[in-house]
Amino acid sequence: MFDVAIIGAGVVGCAVAYELSQYELRVALIEKENDVAMGASRANTAIIHGGYDPEPHTMMGKLNVEGMHRCFELCEELDVEHKKTGSWVVAFDEEQRVTLQMLLVQGIANGCEGLDILEGDVVRLQEPNLSDEIVAALWVPESGVLNPWEFALAMAEVAVRNGVIFMPNTDVRDLSWREDHYEMGARVVCSGDETTIRARHVINAAGVESDRIHNMVAPPAFEIVPTRGEYYILDGTAAGHVVRSVVFPCPTRAGKGVTISPTIHGDYLVGPNAEVIDDRTDTSVTRSALLDIADKARRVVPDLDLRTSIRNFAGVRSNSTYGDFFIEKSATNFIDLAAIKSPGLTCAPAIARVARKMLCEEGIPMERRVLWRGGRRVIRFKEIPEEERAAFVRAHPLYGRVICRCETITEGEIVAAMKREIPPVSIDGVKRRAGTGMGRCQGGFCGPRVLEIIARESGRDPLCIEEDGCGSFMLIGETKDPTCREI
Amino acid sequence: MKEYICIICPRGCHLTVDEENDYAVTGNGCLRGVAYGREEAMHPTRVVTSSVRVRSEKYPRCPVKTDLAIAKSDVAKAMLLLDGVELVPPVHRGDIVIASLFCGEANFVATRDIDE
Amino acid sequence: MSVVETNGKQTVLDGMVAIEMLDKYELIVIGGGPAGLSAALSAREHGLKRILIVERDVDLGGILNQCIHNGFGLHYFGEELTGPEYAAKFVDRLEGQSIDVLCDAMVLEIIPGEDGHVLRLMSMEAGYCTVRSRAIVLAMGCRERTRGAIQIPGTRAAGIFTAGTAQRYVNIEGYMVGRRVIILGSGDIGLIMARRMVLEGAKVLACVEIMPYPGGLARNIVQCLQDFDVPLYLSHTITKIEGKERVEKVTVQEVNDRFEPIEGTEKVFDVDTVLLSVGLIPENELSHVAGVEMDAKTSGPIVFENGETSIPGIFACGNVLHVHDLVDFVTTESEGAGRAAAEYVLRQEDTTHVRMCENESYISLVIDESVAYTVPQRIRVLRIDDGVRVFFRVKAPHKTPKRIVFRDGERIVASFRRPYMTPGEMEHVTLQRAELDNVSGNELLISVEEIR
Repeated sequence: MFDVAIIGAGVVGCAVAYELSQYELRVALIEKENDVAMGASRANTAIIHGGYDPEPHTMMGKLNVEGMHRCFELCEELDVEHKKTGSWVVAFDEEQRVTLQMLLVQGIANGCEGLDILEGDVVRLQEPNLSDEIVAALWVPESGVLNPWEFALAMAEVAVRNGVIFMPNTDVRDLSWREDHYEMGARVVCSGDETTIRARHVINAAGVESDRIHNMVAPPAFEIVPTRGEYYILDGTAAGHVVRSVVFPCPTRAGKGVTISPTIHGDYLVGPNAEVIDDRTDTSVTRSALLDIADKARRVVPDLDLRTSIRNFAGVRSNSTYGDFFIEKSATNFIDLAAIKSPGLTCAPAIARVARKMLCEEGIPMERRVLWRGGRRVIRFKEIPEEERAAFVRAHPLYGRVICRCETITEGEIVAAMKREIPPVSIDGVKRRAGTGMGRCQGGFCGPRVLEIIARESGRDPLCIEEDGCGSFMLIGETKDPTCREI
Repeated sequence: MKEYICIICPRGCHLTVDEENDYAVTGNGCLRGVAYGREEAMHPTRVVTSSVRVRSEKYPRCPVKTDLAIAKSDVAKAMLLLDGVELVPPVHRGDIVIASLFCGEANFVATRDIDE
Repeated sequence: MSVVETNGKQTVLDGMVAIEMLDKYELIVIGGGPAGLSAALSAREHGLKRILIVERDVDLGGILNQCIHNGFGLHYFGEELTGPEYAAKFVDRLEGQSIDVLCDAMVLEIIPGEDGHVLRLMSMEAGYCTVRSRAIVLAMGCRERTRGAIQIPGTRAAGIFTAGTAQRYVNIEGYMVGRRVIILGSGDIGLIMARRMVLEGAKVLACVEIMPYPGGLARNIVQCLQDFDVPLYLSHTITKIEGKERVEKVTVQEVNDRFEPIEGTEKVFDVDTVLLSVGLIPENELSHVAGVEMDAKTSGPIVFENGETSIPGIFACGNVLHVHDLVDFVTTESEGAGRAAAEYVLRQEDTTHVRMCENESYISLVIDESVAYTVPQRIRVLRIDDGVRVFFRVKAPHKTPKRIVFRDGERIVASFRRPYMTPGEMEHVTLQRAELDNVSGNELLISVEEIR
């Protein structure tokens, strides 16, 4: 019997797990995929938002600035790659300039600091590649970029280190209240086995599925409107200098618009569009959306070279009919952290604190864990200072073998990732942790070697190793084996 | 009539070979095309390359080839013969892996050294 | 502890000693594939004694090790060899040449300097080292273009490989990557992999090429596709990939002359695997960091007649310079670069000569829209003995005889007849010293013209 079961190990679920791991509680973090951050938390714009965008009376407006500060603190504490780049919201005409003024007022009401509206020419001194048609821009100094999946993972790792049980491949199918606890029927993905999980309190952090979980215990209150956003990643080396800070167009009702932003890996992210879709798991990219994004992005940076693209991807955001985060106690001992859309990544640590307070109000005893072990350090070869590298590699020879040439990721880093609290099970799991295959060749060279290292370190058959999610096998068998033949 | 693309040079002439008429070749840009067209029509041959199992930690497969071109119609049959092969190091280039294929002169030979 | 392989024997050294040892080189060759091996051997032959080859894989030979098919060496050796056999011919020649080899090692940075160039390199055995060398040959090869580079719509399912990655899995590691395969792009590696997959028991349903003509050699179209009845769709591309975990379906469409999909031409293939053979890109990240001047058309360094880059003492050859279709030409080109590196080092003692070279004038080879690129891009006429070989590719196929014309202003300096040309096959001509001596301007314009 768990004290608390968190359904969904996206960035919100992981933040809640991190928060609760600091107390003497038995906590389960339940995830239907084979890793943390497999939904919108890994396929988004990777921005720590400044807080000028949401309206002040909303939960989004109340939590954004607190979440932003907490994000930067956590990134420091947990050694998550991040950078305070600042961001621009650009205006192409006088009407949009009025929008900037409105955003400025809204930002101040939300607690943003250092906001300023600058004239187009002044902006172009900072960002020379921006269009000449831009008349003015709102400068948001406190915002930045981070590695979103590492952020979720880092929080989950600390949580697991402090006793939280991570249950991957576990798809919650039904949920019912039994006098003093919830009983959850779940299916183990891949094997198809059924399992039952019991917990006194349940937190719904199921992202794009959060309305379905809500509806298992309470009358419908909101409906997820799955909204797909597609992106380009441009190779930072090939694209040359594009922008220093995140650049947004003026927001519209459809969302924050096509953004151009530097990534913490030295590349550039361009996107997203916003398309309402039926299938909540459909992360395909489409020709029409990519063309549309290209047009919109070139309006902001006219010389943007999209031929330097190294990858396209799509994420499905949990927009909803409710219009705001749905953070409510919807049934006995059941808390919804649902419909978390943008700026959900930034708000996640603040949402987790709200959840902890709500649990307190439900009467759960909150006693500080005496031997809580926080913090996290990751060795990244690239970050080791020149003068220390020789001694470091002598002491740790595995860091002397480069596996991913594009990003200079060593075998030492991959093996270290394999030994952390939540080891990766797939090639993309290693990619999310160590950064292999992120670069120009997109794993063409390092893929086979990463597969070999996963097999060796985990003692698994290479044939069983997946590229990403459950069932996404890379290899179908061996050569010279007649059973692997089609003809 | 059979049609072929000549592969002797990059030009890629479209050859027509008339089997009824003593394998006469037309469409060729030069005389080398005639020889190629006749050969392809009368008894096409191919060198087969593949790889076979090796009992080695470092190199799970050893590349092999037929040391002579074999009849094109025998290629698929030749491939099946490789299923049952497992080499034990050391393997040297030119080592015979399967001798006299289909009782002919061609052998499958190893094309790289594997010492361990 | 450091292991430096010398004379084929392994010398085991303490880490610190190794660095001193590594500091003695006249030439460091980055890359132990066909280009690097030939360059090192040629430099040795032309008088250098202290040479190191740094190779990132565990064996020498580069991509040839996974190219287990035959067809290599017809030009250079006059016989047909497989990739591993071609590589072995050069690895064998290293025996007794006192050329040091460091495998499973990576060069991280080149810092050019007047007094020799500094390299930072690293391997598990040698550790992290800073090494100095008089000359450097860049021979890092190339990499494959990916799905992201060509933006194929669809899901992120597993089962999408570049042809070269699939080749490694199948040929070296012995794994099958799929049962039902479609190939996008008709580059040679894709064609070769079509045959490999069929021979190993997969079904290859089609090869799809966006251009109206095939990318690979005619020989491979015949022996890899036609032999196995694999249809080739020209002016077609993949417009959608479907499948949740693994690829399940692929939609192919015809394209118009602006390469846009034509509605109503959709064909759907049930496949579990997509192999991409959509182009190769010279791998020049080290060259960029070193500050070598680059050519946007080749994606490789701009080089002089002897393979020297814009930085004196740094040379480039093989696929890092421009993507070749025949390894035989890589070998001859790299022998030239190795020889030039040797001459550079041996002349260095003569400082007046070096100073003279710095201000040496050169002729730039410029191209019109009929030509895709040339290598070299610059010719220092005074450095040419008899003639200089110029490699180039045409932009579009020419099915009728044409001439390649080199012009100095209005005047034709040289002209070469070719019966047939295609972008997939690299062309080369030799300009004579005498022809170049008469050039008055500092540019030669190259174009493909009708024969009058």
